[in-house]
Amino acid sequence: MESNKTVITIRNLVKTFPMGNREFTALNGINLSFAKGEFSGLVGPSGSGKTTLLNIIGTLDSPTEGEAIVLGDSVGELSQKKAANLRNMKIGFVFQTFNLLPVYSTFENVEFPLLLQKMSAANRKKSVMDALDWVGLTDKAKSRPAQMSGGECQRVAIARAIVKKPEIVLADEPTANLDAENSHNILKTMEKLNQSLGTTFLFATHDEKVIGYLKRIIKLVDGKVASDEIFAKK
Amino acid sequence: MIRFLLKGLFRDRQRSLLPVIVVVTGVLLTVLMQTMMTGILGDLIDFNAKFSTGHVKVVTKAYAERMDQTPNDLALSKVAQLKEKLQTEFPSMEWVPRIRFGGLIDAPDSIGETRSQGPAIGWGIDFLSAGSKEAERMNIPKSMVSGHLPKKAGEVLLSNQFAEKLKVVPGDQITLFGSTMNGGMTVYNFKVAGTVIFGSGVLDRGAFIADISDVGQALDMPDAASEILGYFKNNRYDKIQAADAVKKFMSAMNTADPYAPVMISLRDQNNLGEMVDYEDLVSVMIISIFVMAMSLVLWNAGLLGGLRRYGEVGVRLAVGESKGHVYRSLIWESILIGSIGSVIGSVIGLLLSLWIGKNGINVSGFMKNASMMMPSVYRTVITSPAFYIGFIPGLFATVIGTALAGIGIYKRNTAQLFKELE
Repeated sequence: MESNKTVITIRNLVKTFPMGNREFTALNGINLSFAKGEFSGLVGPSGSGKTTLLNIIGTLDSPTEGEAIVLGDSVGELSQKKAANLRNMKIGFVFQTFNLLPVYSTFENVEFPLLLQKMSAANRKKSVMDALDWVGLTDKAKSRPAQMSGGECQRVAIARAIVKKPEIVLADEPTANLDAENSHNILKTMEKLNQSLGTTFLFATHDEKVIGYLKRIIKLVDGKVASDEIFAKK
Repeated sequence: MIRFLLKGLFRDRQRSLLPVIVVVTGVLLTVLMQTMMTGILGDLIDFNAKFSTGHVKVVTKAYAERMDQTPNDLALSKVAQLKEKLQTEFPSMEWVPRIRFGGLIDAPDSIGETRSQGPAIGWGIDFLSAGSKEAERMNIPKSMVSGHLPKKAGEVLLSNQFAEKLKVVPGDQITLFGSTMNGGMTVYNFKVAGTVIFGSGVLDRGAFIADISDVGQALDMPDAASEILGYFKNNRYDKIQAADAVKKFMSAMNTADPYAPVMISLRDQNNLGEMVDYEDLVSVMIISIFVMAMSLVLWNAGLLGGLRRYGEVGVRLAVGESKGHVYRSLIWESILIGSIGSVIGSVIGLLLSLWIGKNGINVSGFMKNASMMMPSVYRTVITSPAFYIGFIPGLFATVIGTALAGIGIYKRNTAQLFKELE
């Protein structure tokens, strides 16, 4: 279910961070574009710039030079409010450490993004139950994160990312805290969502298990694109 | 959304119960401190006014110069006439003559030999006149331990501790050895009517109170008194009105005559001036220091609460909540916590103050050797500031603490929050 519509365009992107008296260049002249429905990943060693690029695409950070256009908006020119709105409506995040809110139930964690969208209670309930159904956790709706396994928590995090039907899901090392079996289950869930909903998935990872599922692999080394390979079918 | 945030707040005890307990503790201590300070300073002035200084006092000029020696040879004479004059000129005040003296009290055995004796501070006050408020003013009826108030001439009250020391009980006879107004020696028998606890170390060690007519007779002071005390009818010392009364009285007096009566305000006696002048200031200063200390504690609690939630803030930002919304929700939470804590803390503080106000805190153990006339039982007094003072640390400090912590979150780059989150 791929489309040729470009959802992310990166042009001559440079990102530097102050480091004492010097500046550290995390990303150096990145040029990339991602079409709707891609299932791709940024790979590379630690410090290669994967998370920095993911943060910029997720509007959590802005470029020092060049531009990152996400769903038609230039990230560097977005106000705090507009960036938050873009994240709320069109971008979902999945983190390495799940980052569920511990005092809320599974249902409530997944419901949270919809509350920000001011969706009606009935629609919220339907969307949340649908999302939990996609990740196979309808029976855990009332459980709290502390009562679930790591794999289940990550599935809740995925449900939270997709409940608002975002156009892009950004996943930063989503399997780093999971065993092999749970990692494959999670990746299969994401692959299924990508195929049935057409959601664009972009991973930052150096986990071979994740890499095995990717249809496009962009290798970053020292803040530069070292290779960009597309696999027709995996 | 509000319901969702409240749910999280009440489920997370570290965000709700713990801060509320900290706020409640701080607020209740602040309220107690305020009511205690008000009570202690008020009691000290009130106690001196009732037992010693009046709100104003009229004595002879010569007596005033040696007042600490209670020189009754310099006492006021023609007291009835002077009292009438004072009542006419200052009708808003009540005027009461008293005789203060010192003497030796002797308790005889069955054959009249000395069984025990000891020195005592003596008072002659108006017990027997109809409508006299002197006993109530000195809180004697409520302080009686045994026996009854003097009902007829020749009866006397002793401080309970002194009576125990002398081994006398109501009904026993005692003898006063003292000096008359004219310098002669006097020996006068009294019958112990009752014993009393005054609530002041100095008085409880050895005090003796009889009707002024008896004491006048014993000390050969007919129509004379050591002093005439003036009390405002609302029983509250007003330094401005007292100063006006003194000014008016003294303008008509012949100050060249050493036996001419002079009027002295409470603030010019017993070193009470500074206490009166600084009563409000001291209270404000002590309370401010305490409020500031509590504010720092609660501010810190607010700050730590905010910092502890960096992770949660990171998730909320990632999910799409704006920084402004996160910041506002943190402030509203702290207002809620601060308000709940302040209300509970104020209620508990006021209830405790009410209890201490009724029962008092007895510090007589620390004041066994005190020579200053001060109460040994301190009570809290609830005034209007007690109802709102707790909200200063409870509400404002908590909110300011959270606001400052929130600014830290607000100013941090979103991506930086994420690094901390990971």
